Amino acid sequence: MLTYLFILLATFAVASAVATVLSRSTVTSALFLVLNMVTLAGVYLLLKAQYLAIIQILVYAGAIMVLFLFVIMLLNVGDEEPVWKQISIRLVAGFLLGTAVLAQLLYAVASYTDSLPMIATAMEDVGQVSAIGDVLYSHYLLPFMLTAILLTAAVIGALLIAQHRAQPKSRP
Amino acid sequence: MLDSASLLPLIIALPLAGFLINGLVGLLSETYRSRKTLIGTIGTTAAFIPFLLSVWVFLGMTPDSDPIRYHFLNWISAGDFVSDIAWRADQISILWMLFVTGIGSLIHLYSMGYMKEDEGYWKFFAYLNLFVFAMLNLVMGDNLLLLFLGWEGVGVCSYLLIGFWYQDILKAEAAKKAFVYNRIGDFAFLIAMFLLFRHVGSIQFDAILAGLGNIPADTAFWIGLLMFIGATGKSAQIPLFVWLPDAMAGPTPVSALIHAATMVTSGIYLVSRMSGLYALTPDAMLIVAVIGALTALVAATIALTQTDIKRVLAYSTVSQLGYMFLALGSGAYIAAIFHVITHAFFKACLFLGSGSVIHAMHHVEHELDHHGKHVRFDPQDMRNMGGLKAHMPSTYWTFLLATVAIAGIPPLAGFFSKDEILAMVFNAGATVSAIYYVLFAMALATAFLTAFYMFRLTYGTFHGAFKLPKRHPEAAGSEKYLHESPWTMTAPLWILGILSVIGGFMGFPDFVVQTFGNPDAHANWLHGWLIPNVSEAELVLAKPIKWGILLGSVLIASVAVWLANRTYGQDKTAETDATLQTRFGGAYQLWADKYRVDEVYEATVADPVLKLSDKVLAVFDLKVVDGLVNAVAGLTRFTGSLLRYVQTGNVSGYAFYLVAGVLIVVGLILF
Amino acid sequence: MISLPWFLGLSAVLFSIGTIGVLVRRNAIIMFMSVELMLNAVNLSLVAFSAHLGDIHGQMLVFFALCVAAAEAAVGLAIIIAIYRNNLTVDITKINLLRW
Repeated sequence: MLTYLFILLATFAVASAVATVLSRSTVTSALFLVLNMVTLAGVYLLLKAQYLAIIQILVYAGAIMVLFLFVIMLLNVGDEEPVWKQISIRLVAGFLLGTAVLAQLLYAVASYTDSLPMIATAMEDVGQVSAIGDVLYSHYLLPFMLTAILLTAAVIGALLIAQHRAQPKSRP
Repeated sequence: MLDSASLLPLIIALPLAGFLINGLVGLLSETYRSRKTLIGTIGTTAAFIPFLLSVWVFLGMTPDSDPIRYHFLNWISAGDFVSDIAWRADQISILWMLFVTGIGSLIHLYSMGYMKEDEGYWKFFAYLNLFVFAMLNLVMGDNLLLLFLGWEGVGVCSYLLIGFWYQDILKAEAAKKAFVYNRIGDFAFLIAMFLLFRHVGSIQFDAILAGLGNIPADTAFWIGLLMFIGATGKSAQIPLFVWLPDAMAGPTPVSALIHAATMVTSGIYLVSRMSGLYALTPDAMLIVAVIGALTALVAATIALTQTDIKRVLAYSTVSQLGYMFLALGSGAYIAAIFHVITHAFFKACLFLGSGSVIHAMHHVEHELDHHGKHVRFDPQDMRNMGGLKAHMPSTYWTFLLATVAIAGIPPLAGFFSKDEILAMVFNAGATVSAIYYVLFAMALATAFLTAFYMFRLTYGTFHGAFKLPKRHPEAAGSEKYLHESPWTMTAPLWILGILSVIGGFMGFPDFVVQTFGNPDAHANWLHGWLIPNVSEAELVLAKPIKWGILLGSVLIASVAVWLANRTYGQDKTAETDATLQTRFGGAYQLWADKYRVDEVYEATVADPVLKLSDKVLAVFDLKVVDGLVNAVAGLTRFTGSLLRYVQTGNVSGYAFYLVAGVLIVVGLILF
Repeated sequence: MISLPWFLGLSAVLFSIGTIGVLVRRNAIIMFMSVELMLNAVNLSLVAFSAHLGDIHGQMLVFFALCVAAAEAAVGLAIIIAIYRNNLTVDITKINLLRW
């Protein structure tokens, strides 16, 4: 049963990823990416990481991708030609390089397969919110606080960079 | 009461404190600089209290007592080489401590009067205190390195003080000359230290004394010779004596303190300290004696021709130092130290007296200026003086006492020390080598000349008529402006004058007492004090010979004084000089030209070096060194101009390189 | 039970798809989204390891990676907006002023 679920979710994830990368319209890309993230949340649930699954949907899909969509709408970026119509050396080289990365990664996974363990039974409790909260506020207190500062800085930075000017400058 | 050992750091620290207070506060605060009495009092006290403390330490010692040592801190410990900052007061160093601080504080007091009008008053006292500090380190150091530290320190202070009026380029050059010649000697000293360390394994004095057996004979010769060369630099002997006459460019208290009583005796101190070493090498001792005698005679002949008061005294100092080295070379360490002490008394007195005279002549110049007569003359030139004895009685009488002392007339101090030296030189002639007899003859000739030119100086300055109006008609009647110096200047003169009279009794010869009284009497206090501490040569002369030498030296001195009286004493200074000039012709000219030593050095050493550096080294510096630096810069620029093409501005290109790089690195890790 | 290599394989595939997206597309926003895809892939592999080793620290790392990704997305998009304002395009081949 779990295996079947996994294969389903994995297929959806890969398909939506491909669609993100290849689609013509920017908005479509963003929406496919949202789908990708939701499927990944499902995979997290399979791995008994409940807290992270929910957070993934809330933060990534719910906040970050919304931000992306806002920006896409704001900039009103037009559609592009389909990728396969823009065959150029850059395209080919990029594809080859990406495939090489995949090959390398699969090789790495394959050669160390013997030493990889199965899912531990103790994971039931580990992925719980209470367990995460436990560690977060004790061991990881300092990074937690620093992350707060980081996010504040990011907000301020983003505001400053993107702030509205009287009229947008045109290219000289 | 107080443990003598713990007084030692206090003795060292006080002059340093004086230097820091006067130096720092004077540097930072303008108002402090005008409080001259305060500055002077601080300076003098910083020298006087150490004197009192040294007296206390002295009173606690006997001729056989162990050296008092105070270990301050572990300074250097590098492998086998260990050198600490530790001070020692033993029978030799306590004598130096006493007269350095004693005469030092008298000169501080004198300077309060002499330097009163000078702007750099605070600097002067700071430097003087620093000098006392360095000199004390020199004589109190427990090892050669601390001695060397003090050695260099007094060299630096000498430079600072000679060049005190540095705005006059000639004075600054004199300071530089002093320092450079000192450094040449220091180089030899350093090599001697290295050799000593190599063979003995330590440079601490007790260890050296214990380890003397480890030194092979010819190394001992070289160590002795090299140390002596270092001493010739500091104590102005042939070949490095030429800086001392030029050093008279400094203020007179400096000449008195440094170049008569203290710094120049450092060389004597060093050789006396190392007497155990010199006992191993009679050849080195012979060289020391020969150079000493030669210097004494040469300097005396030059002094005969000089007209500047301070120059006469400077050459006289060189000559007397030659006497001391002659004594050292004959194995007469005690006699040499005796002469150091008596010479300090009468030479300091003479220099301070000359300072008083110069002070008065300056005053004449100022008064003439006030009355609208601008006469330019050299206040140190003897030919402008004369008849000062009526106007400056204290200065005259003390000067006269000191002159009689240096001439070697009994029973003043100079006679006793000089006689002892003569006896020991003759003794060396009998026991070591016949060459010493020649040196004895030279010493006798020098004694004659010393008495002669010193009385020439005294008569020319103080007797007869005041000559300034004769040479500069506008200065007619300026005699009335001459006056005696204030008590701060005359008090030290009297103290030193009295010491020049009675100071000799510390070394009253045994044989005189033995002839008239108890045949086993020991009247020579100084001899008894020092004999356990130096490798003194044995005196084998029979009593009649000793009496002969004594009476002979008195006779020679008396003849010289009588001759001087007959010529210079009758106010015939210029005429007598002229007579001498025609009588001795070329020789006189040679003496007046100071044997052309400066010119010889200039031609053989200074000029070639300058030419070399001009033609070769300057070019090297410009082309090679600068060229190298420029080449490096050029290389950087060139590389930069090639590398900049990496920045294409193409974002996807950057992404490509990024991924390719990751692939390569991960590949390297995997395979 | 699903063993670890499967999860890692999925992560590898998503990562390389993201890489291809970065290299191939000209639109800056799409490139940025591909980068987010790569980040997700890494998060997945971290959670997979954490589950299989029974160690919570892997999930903590993902937590913080998430926070940082959020901050980075905000700033990155702000930059893209600023670039758009100046050049009126998000095509990266046309933005190449910072060159020698």
